[in-house]
Amino acid sequence: MGFITGFFRFWYDFIIGDAWDIAAGIVVVLVVGALLAQADVLVEQQLTLLIGAGIVLVVASSLYFEAQRRGRSA
Amino acid sequence: MFTPAAIALIGTTFVASAVEVVEAFTIVLAMGVTRSWRAAIVGAIAAFAALVVITAIIGVSLKDLVSESVLQLIIGTLLLIFGLQWLRKAILRSSGLKALHDEDETFREEQAAARAAGRETRMGLDWFAFVVSFKGVFLEGLEVVFIVITFGLAAMNSDTARVENGMWFAAAGAVIAAVVVLLAGAIAHKPLSAVPENAMKFAVGLLLSTFGTYWTAEGLGYFSPKQNSLHWYGAGDIPWPILGIFLAWLLLSRIAVSGLRQLPAARRAVVARDAAATAADLKPLATPATAG
Repeated sequence: MGFITGFFRFWYDFIIGDAWDIAAGIVVVLVVGALLAQADVLVEQQLTLLIGAGIVLVVASSLYFEAQRRGRSA
Repeated sequence: MFTPAAIALIGTTFVASAVEVVEAFTIVLAMGVTRSWRAAIVGAIAAFAALVVITAIIGVSLKDLVSESVLQLIIGTLLLIFGLQWLRKAILRSSGLKALHDEDETFREEQAAARAAGRETRMGLDWFAFVVSFKGVFLEGLEVVFIVITFGLAAMNSDTARVENGMWFAAAGAVIAAVVVLLAGAIAHKPLSAVPENAMKFAVGLLLSTFGTYWTAEGLGYFSPKQNSLHWYGAGDIPWPILGIFLAWLLLSRIAVSGLRQLPAARRAVVARDAAATAADLKPLATPATAG
């Protein structure tokens, strides 16, 4: 049991670390990007730009909420 | 052979790997000094051997078994995983909201843990020193492995800056970093706290995030009806999209650092950090006066 929890904890720390919101946000961007690509409703350059903007937005919002949290706890 | 792209590739993996090797070196040094050099070194060698096997398996399977767009998606996602974590930590450290990484502090913590741990011998080795060294080298090394594989494959498959045998150049950067850090560590015989780790992590975080964003978006073309890689606006001989993404991450980082520094908690931390740095600077000057 200890080995299994240790194994998953190792990979959780390695991949997600202390920013689960970024990992979750990236998954959402990837899924939405894949669905848009499959639907073929955008020009590919528009889609890459949208995906890039989505990734930047995920990080920006993670930092914004981090600032809010730290601001409240100060 | 040594094209500008190849030199840039070696430089990137060198810097990224050096940061990780410094951290692994600190752990092995703490175990060697406090517990057992033999167990610490055997642990480090065992971890290195495990990493070599993993690199070979992942490298071959990625290169030969998947299509270009899937490769881009895997590479991009891996780069994003590390890049965004590094960038976020670097932004928080620069703003003062997170303590700067300090190898001296890490060394002291590892030594304290090593002294507190009980003595258990397995296969003739101090088991605590072996396990801690193995885990330290394996964990830091695994990041190096992913960086080498992703940058190596990225360079080999690039339309604009292709590097033949890119994997070897990427690995060379990591090996040079390991040799330089180990030589410096052997000479200094103490944690390499003078290495500007935080600045290096910021730079590498920016690079990893940039290439991660670029490749992930291109790789999502796998899900399009044609299953081809997607393209960015401005893609051509000059990699304008990569430059644009880099500038976007740089801009976001600067805005975030400036904004976070306005928080009361960050202001207090920066004042305390500056005071500690000033005290450290004055210490050598105060010694002769005190002695006199």
